[in-house]
Amino acid sequence: MIQILVFARLRDRLGDSVINLPLNSPARLAEIRAALQQQYPHHADELAAGKALFAVNQTLTHDDTAVATDKDEVALFPPMTGG
Amino acid sequence: MTDPTTPADRILVQQADFDIAAEYQRLCEHNAADGAVVFFVGRVRDLNEGDPVFAMTLEHYPGMTEKALQQIVDDARQRWTLGRISVIHRFGELHPADQIVFVAVSSRHRDNAFEAARFIMDFLKSQAPFWKKERISNEHGSEERWVDAREHDHDALLRWNPKESG
Repeated sequence: MIQILVFARLRDRLGDSVINLPLNSPARLAEIRAALQQQYPHHADELAAGKALFAVNQTLTHDDTAVATDKDEVALFPPMTGG
Repeated sequence: MTDPTTPADRILVQQADFDIAAEYQRLCEHNAADGAVVFFVGRVRDLNEGDPVFAMTLEHYPGMTEKALQQIVDDARQRWTLGRISVIHRFGELHPADQIVFVAVSSRHRDNAFEAARFIMDFLKSQAPFWKKERISNEHGSEERWVDAREHDHDALLRWNPKESG
């Protein structure tokens, strides 16, 4: 089981701030993304690479071939708009 | 001379407003080595994309936010010789004319402070986990909408490293 924290617009759209995915640990980020797109087909576009960004253990990760385990803190969110 | 009693980096993520005079004081006290202090203040505007804005709520990712800001400050220190750096970013509900963000850099001479302040702001816009939601009024009445990331903010990073496209 991999747990995903979801923030901002993406959380509003998916309706959950924490999503548990029935994936084996470790999982590649690409697999996590695909599983989410399957679970939320109406939001597949917003979950696409570039539109939804991953952070693993609070570090932004642009490489979808990176892996995450069930011990990692995995987060997904839209492009940031600070400042 | 560096002052061992004052930490060189001050990074705060808070709901409360900040006092620019007090922050300036903090950059200067026991610091006669730096002849330049540059600071930037970001504020809530009353108009965005042609619609009047009544309120703005800033969400962030506690824990990651502080880490991301520290990383940006560390990166700035790698590029330039700098004195003290303060980054204060607010979250929660804000209103037009409220202060959102404060970035201040001291250095011996002005060039490094000017450049580093801009560098930190440019990266903070799109590399620190903050998201803005604004309450606006338009032809449908009043509504809330998430602010989209701007291409311009991403392009601003290219100024610092043409090869970096992430």
